[in-house]
Amino acid sequence: MAFTLEKLPYSYDALEPYIDAKTMEIHHSKHHQTYIDKLNAAVASYPELQIRKAEELIQTLEKIPENIRTAVRNHGGGHANHSFFWSILKKDAAFKGEIADAVVKSFGSYEKFKETFASAATTLFGSGWAWLVKDGGVLKIMTTANQDNPISQGKFPLIGLDVWEHAYYLKYQNRRPEYVEAFFNVINWKTINDYYLAIK
Amino acid sequence: MSMNTDNGFSPVLSRRGFLAASASAAVLFAVGGFSCSAKTSSSPLGLPPLPYPENTLAPVISANAMGFHYGKHHKAYVDNLNQLIKGSEFENTPLEKIITATAGKEDQKAIFNNAAQSWNHAFYWRSLAPKGGGEPPAALKQKIEASFGSLDACKKALLNAAVTQFGSGWAWLVADSGTIKVIQTANAETPLTMGLKPLLTIDVWEHAYYLDYQNRRADYAAAVIDKLINWNFAAQNLV
Ligand SMILES: [Fe+2]
Ligand SMILES: [Fe+2]
Repeated sequence: MAFTLEKLPYSYDALEPYIDAKTMEIHHSKHHQTYIDKLNAAVASYPELQIRKAEELIQTLEKIPENIRTAVRNHGGGHANHSFFWSILKKDAAFKGEIADAVVKSFGSYEKFKETFASAATTLFGSGWAWLVKDGGVLKIMTTANQDNPISQGKFPLIGLDVWEHAYYLKYQNRRPEYVEAFFNVINWKTINDYYLAIK
Repeated sequence: MSMNTDNGFSPVLSRRGFLAASASAAVLFAVGGFSCSAKTSSSPLGLPPLPYPENTLAPVISANAMGFHYGKHHKAYVDNLNQLIKGSEFENTPLEKIITATAGKEDQKAIFNNAAQSWNHAFYWRSLAPKGGGEPPAALKQKIEASFGSLDACKKALLNAAVTQFGSGWAWLVADSGTIKVIQTANAETPLTMGLKPLLTIDVWEHAYYLDYQNRRADYAAAVIDKLINWNFAAQNLV
């Protein structure tokens, strides 16, 4: 099939205790896999779309045939978002590099950034994502509903936090703020710095 | 007859709860809201009592999941709403009125979300019953057959709505004039604002099934439709 699930670059328990192994396993092997399966089903009769990256498909959704556009938006978005999410997770990575300077410059301090991001992530109603994005020349915090990705609005994601309930319910249940707080211990600033330098 | 005895519960059922359950949906909330305000004087819109003990929907929905869903999620919507309307024009407004007055208004989204979620959850608990499932009462069954061809087709449509709602939301059986329909709504959206009469609902936010079913929403929805759906409640709402 066109789209396949990549193995995680770390073990399911690598983010303990902030994100537990069971959550990681179901999230990756079931939820992410399902987005891929449904994306493959959506593009089944469009070989020209099968060879593209999910990120490319959702970047120009208006070019996707109308009858599969919602499916590509949802499941292509689900595939792209989860791949991105796995890539920016690492336990106890240091907040440093040019991205750190840019964050401090944009938000005033790391604490201020953290507070703004946490507030966005905890108040998003329903399923969705909180993001740190580069929008033109500026760093911004935003949220999207369901599996929408800022790239569809011409903004480049640097951090994405999944706040669908499946991302935290086994460990945190209704306590999303605790999950969001824990997330700050597993942000891979090294990777994010690489993303930042690549689009700077 | 009452759906309560039909469904074999009663231990936590207060007299007020019994009355509310016997009433139509519209009256149900007026009564429920009033009765709860007597208990918690600081909050005009209270958390209505569960119409059955928390452990009686098992094994389809575990007591643990119910504890979080009712005791944390539903309660939080009610608490948030009371916080939000304190000192506002809505302070002494019935729940349904708050919902219809704030629907679609960007600057009142928080009030709408919490009000609608308070209503939707109370309606959801009554849409389920410990010994639910089976067949609807004759009058409802006839209408369902007229609208869907068969009860099975209706249940399939309801299951499909529950499974395909992308993200958080609800699957509903509603009456649209004389016709019975299945619809799905996102997040807190509710048929109350759509000119439709809700008959029953299934919560498909992930919190409704994640502890028991994880990613397997279809298993949750199928089991609910098979074993918990309170057709008597739907029939009462139709009247
Ligand atoms: Fe996810
Ligand atoms: Fe719920």
